[in-house]
Amino acid sequence: MKLFGYKPPLTAWLGLAIIGIFIFVAIFADVIAPYGEAESVGQTWDDPSFANWLGTDNIGRDLLSRLIYGARMTIGVALVTTILSFFIGITTGFTAAVGGPVIDQFLSRLVDVMLSIPLLIFALIILSVFGSSITTLVLTLAILDSTRVFRLARAVATNLAVMEYVEAARLRGEGLWWIMRREILPNALPPMISEFGLRFCFNFLFVASLSFLGLGIQPPFADWGGMVRDNGKAISFGIPAPLWPALAIAIMTVGVNLVVDWILSINSRPSGASAEM
Amino acid sequence: MLKTIAIRIALGFLTLWAVSILIFGATEILPGDVASAVLGQGATPETLAVFRHELGLDRPAYVRYLEWFFNALHGDLGIAMTNKRVIVETIAPRLSNTLFLAGYAALIAVPTSVVFGVAAAINEGKFVDRFVNIVSLMTISVPEFFIAYVLILYLAVQFEIFPSLSTVFPEMDFSEKIFIAALPAFTLTMLVMAHMLRMTRTSVLSIMSQPYVEMAFLKGLTRAQVIIRHALPNAAAPIISVIALNLAYLIVGVVVIEVVFVYPGIGQFMVDGVSKRDLPVVQACGLIFAGAFVGLNTVADVLAIMVNPRLRHPL
Repeated sequence: MKLFGYKPPLTAWLGLAIIGIFIFVAIFADVIAPYGEAESVGQTWDDPSFANWLGTDNIGRDLLSRLIYGARMTIGVALVTTILSFFIGITTGFTAAVGGPVIDQFLSRLVDVMLSIPLLIFALIILSVFGSSITTLVLTLAILDSTRVFRLARAVATNLAVMEYVEAARLRGEGLWWIMRREILPNALPPMISEFGLRFCFNFLFVASLSFLGLGIQPPFADWGGMVRDNGKAISFGIPAPLWPALAIAIMTVGVNLVVDWILSINSRPSGASAEM
Repeated sequence: MLKTIAIRIALGFLTLWAVSILIFGATEILPGDVASAVLGQGATPETLAVFRHELGLDRPAYVRYLEWFFNALHGDLGIAMTNKRVIVETIAPRLSNTLFLAGYAALIAVPTSVVFGVAAAINEGKFVDRFVNIVSLMTISVPEFFIAYVLILYLAVQFEIFPSLSTVFPEMDFSEKIFIAALPAFTLTMLVMAHMLRMTRTSVLSIMSQPYVEMAFLKGLTRAQVIIRHALPNAAAPIISVIALNLAYLIVGVVVIEVVFVYPGIGQFMVDGVSKRDLPVVQACGLIFAGAFVGLNTVADVLAIMVNPRLRHPL
């Protein structure tokens, strides 16, 4: 079977299946979940049973239902963050590449300084100032993450900006925005797609970590990182409750990585686009 | 070479200074200010003014920045907002705990990953290589707390080898600390090892296509001899900088791990500060983390310059 004219290997199909299932679950959470998001159905950390397949959580809510609703929140926030981050990163990156040396120097040095603070530490500082609502969370992460996107977008666009067709567009008097949108973007897209997968994984793990620290998505919304935090103490009694959401995070990341590997093998990335931690 | 290194170190300090502005600036963009955030809606203008004066917020931002920065240079990080204690006194023992944990993890991670990375390169494509590759890919893609909880479940709860909580106290002796901090150190090790291992493997393998390596093969040396005698010394520069970069990453990875294992380090202190919105504490911890990060990055670059003769003469 072919996809966009390419034949994905088995691992890529596995990755696509994982992503597909998780997104399906996230969208139709209301229909699939056997219980409500905040509905109390049993005692603290009940064993798995026919009524509650994975048992219950720290305040007696059905773990499976929470897991299903959590997919929506965790994947949703990470996805919105990544899209926003790419919008900011690509716009600024292309501007730096096309807009002349002054803008380039200013943006590049700003990004250098921002990159020299570890992302988690930077995010913690900003969240301590603004508090963590979902809007601030998404905005903060998107802006911080866009520094990574900026580097790639700028590297790719600098190579493209010297092409004849860009020069031709410039000479016929097209504006900066038009050149970025119609000449650079379509040609820069292939390397950006695999980068999107990688950044999504990173943001996904990052949101989960922040929620785990109690600084990300706030209750009553179910999210996987927060669920690990809520049920963390169960592990001392040998109850695997925190492992299920953590496993869900791991499976999702592996799934996206498998697909990214496949896309990477189709188009090798341009120089200067090495993966960042 | 000395000049290159001096420039790199100066650049490191410059970065640190820029970082301090950014950290201070980030806490200044709050609409309103810290005083109104702490006192909340019910505060009268009078109490607000008094509190502002108490915190020194009635002075312009640049004056406060300079004061904060120079005090920090003298080792004075201010006073915590929530409990009015001197931050340095709280941070100092926690910082040494964190350094202990990070050093512990690094001592396991660095030799193991170099040895396994070289082993994987020697046996490229064979079972050892594939096994090492799969395991390291898995540890890269799972969240840190997943590794932590799996280790707790098996090593602490089922087999009761190590304690699941790693609260160390100053009065504990060294061997006891090593034992108590074992699980967080293992988790951190697994976090950073994968990356170092893969980079060691790739750097060694990238040297393998060089003419002098082919020459060594033609002389009749075995693959292991070629790698250890010829490829490894030339691959040292990228390996060293990857190790230093990963140690920088270790400093950050410490935050989540400390929270999982209730380890009294600076990461836990920072997370605590963030949830209580205690800005001086957050700024102080942020400065220390960023300082360590920038410092290790600088060390990585300097080491890379010193090890690699080709980098001694930049264009």
